Amino acid sequence: MTRGDVLVTVQGVAKHYGSGETRVDALRAVDLQVRAGEVIALLGPSGSGKTTLLNIIGCILAPSAGRVELDGDPVFDGKWLRSDLRRLRLDKIGFIFQAHNLLPFLTAEENVSVVLDLAGWPAAKGRARARELLDYLEVGHRASVKPALLSGGEAQRVAIARALANRPRIILADEPTAALDSGRAQLVMDLLRKLATEQEACIIAVTHDEKIFDRFDRLIHLRDGRLVDS
Amino acid sequence: MNLAIRDIRHGLFRFVLTCFGLGLLMTVVLAMIGIYNGLVADALAVVKAPAADVWVVEAGTQGPFAEASSIPADTRDAVARMPGVAEAGAITFQTIEAAHAGRTLRLYVIGFEPGRPGGPQRIAEGRGFGSSHFELIADRKTGLVIGDRIRLGRDRFTVVGLVENAMNSGGDPAVYVTLADAIALQTALDPAAARVQAARGAGGARLPTVAAVIAVLEPGADVALLTATVRQWKHLSALSQAEQENLLLASVVDRARRQIGLFLAILLSVSAVVIALIIYTMTMEKLKQIATLKLIGAPDRTIIGLIVQQALILGASGLGIGLALILLVKDNFPRRVVLEPFNALVLTGIILVVCIVASGLGVRAAMKVDPATALGG
Repeated sequence: MTRGDVLVTVQGVAKHYGSGETRVDALRAVDLQVRAGEVIALLGPSGSGKTTLLNIIGCILAPSAGRVELDGDPVFDGKWLRSDLRRLRLDKIGFIFQAHNLLPFLTAEENVSVVLDLAGWPAAKGRARARELLDYLEVGHRASVKPALLSGGEAQRVAIARALANRPRIILADEPTAALDSGRAQLVMDLLRKLATEQEACIIAVTHDEKIFDRFDRLIHLRDGRLVDS
Repeated sequence: MNLAIRDIRHGLFRFVLTCFGLGLLMTVVLAMIGIYNGLVADALAVVKAPAADVWVVEAGTQGPFAEASSIPADTRDAVARMPGVAEAGAITFQTIEAAHAGRTLRLYVIGFEPGRPGGPQRIAEGRGFGSSHFELIADRKTGLVIGDRIRLGRDRFTVVGLVENAMNSGGDPAVYVTLADAIALQTALDPAAARVQAARGAGGARLPTVAAVIAVLEPGADVALLTATVRQWKHLSALSQAEQENLLLASVVDRARRQIGLFLAILLSVSAVVIALIIYTMTMEKLKQIATLKLIGAPDRTIIGLIVQQALILGASGLGIGLALILLVKDNFPRRVVLEPFNALVLTGIILVVCIVASGLGVRAAMKVDPATALGG
C-alpha cells in the first residue's frame, strides 16, 4: 500500500430505520472514496446523515444496502461477526471524540497503551510506544497524569495519541475541535494533517467548525442523507 | 493491564466505603450463622457435658431436657449394678434466680455426685469440690469469680471453680453443686404449703428424687440392650446419648433454630440483592467508558472481566471485613456466637456465586451498550 491508495470505499450505501410510514432514510445511495494522506470533512446540518456515515465507516453500524471497503477489505458482506468488526476497528481504525472520552481511571500513558494492550502488544513495548506518541504530541511530560488534571488541549492530544497508537490507517474524528479554542483547534488540525501525511493514513472528520474548513483537502456536504457536493 | 484494579484505585475511597457497608452486612450474616450454631452448641453442651452413654429417666417422659423427669435417687444403685455399666451417677437440673452483687443472675443449677459421672469435664480455673456441701463450680458467663459467695435457696455457696461453655438451651449459664445440695435446694424451693405439710409429717416420708441417672458403659457394651432392659422397668425409661441429643434438637431448640435459619435465608437474599444493586450501579456509571472501550475495539471478555473482577473483589473485601468484625465483637454477644472455618468456607462459596450472578445484571447492561454512544460528546 502506498500513498494515494484508496483506504475507504463507500459505494451505494443506504441506511434506513423503521419501515412503512415510519421509515426514515438516514443515508441514500452515498458514494465516497478516501485516499491515504487525505484529510476530509463531513459537513451538513443535524440529521443530514454525517454521524450515520461515520458510524458505518467505523464498523459500528451496518448499512441497509451498499458496499463498504476498508483498506481493501470488504466489510458488512455477511462474513463478519461482531467480534471481527471490533478487531478490525482495533487494527485499522482510530477514533477521536468530541469530548476526548479518555478513561478517567487511567493515566495519559495508560489511556494510550490500553489500545496496544488490547491489540496484544507486550506491556513494555506498549508503554514505550505510548510514551513515544505522547512525546511526539508534546504531552510526554503529562504521561502519568489522570485525564481530570489535563487541560482541554492536552486531553485532546492524548486522545489523538490513543487513536494513533496501533498505527491505524483510517482515523475518524467526531467534532475533534469542538472543545477547543480557535488557536488550539488550528494546532490540532495541523497535527492531524501532519500525521495523515507521515503515517499515510486518511482522516475523516465530522465538524461544524468553520474556522478549520481550510485545513481539509475536501469538504463533503450531506443533506437529507445524500451527498450534495464535494 | 488490569482495568478493574485501575478503576477501583481511581475511586478507592468510595469503593472502600462500599466494601465497608457490605462488610457490615456480612457481619450480620456471620453473626446470624454464629448465633444459629451457638444455639445448637449451647443446647447440646449440657447434654454432652456428662459424657454419658445412657440416660435413665422417668417412664412416659422424654426427660430431663424436653420434659420434666423425676425418679428416685437410689435408681443410680440399680443402674450401676446392671451388666455393661462402668459407672452411673444421679443428676438434677433446675433453673433458679439468685441475687448477687446487686444484680439478679438466672442460673441453671446442675446437681451431681462428686466422683461419679455428671460433673464438668474440665475445670478452667480453680478446683473441683473439696467438701460435700456449699461449694459451687460456675460457668464464666455467670460473672462469678473464685471466692465469690452467693445465696441459693437458704444456703450460701462459695465459688471454688470455673468452667466454660456450660449452659442450658435457653442460654442460662450453668452452676454445679453437689447432688445433696441440689436436692436440698429443690426442697427449699418447694411451695410454702408443701413445706408446711412436710414439716407436719403429713404425706409420709418423702424420698429424694433426681432428674435422671446417667450411665457410662464399659467398652464394647451394647447401648441398645441396656436401654431395652431399663425400659422393662415400669417406672423408668432410657435414652441413648444420640437419642437424647436428637430429642433436644428436635423438640427444644427446633423452632428457634428454624426461625434463625429462615432469618438467615432472608438475610442472604437481601445481601444478594444489595450486591447485585451495587454492581449494577457501578456498571451503569461506567457505560460511557464501556462504550468507548467497545468502540476502540475491546473484546467482550475485557468488559465482562472488568465487571466480574470488580464484583468478586467487592464480595471478597466485604466478606473479609465482615469476618474481621465478627471475630472482634463475637465475645460481646450475650449468647455464644460459634463460627467454624467450615461456615466461613460455605459463606465464601455463596458470596462467590452471588457475586457472579449479580454481576450478570451489570454484564447484561454493558453488553447492550451501543459503541456509537461514545461518539457525539
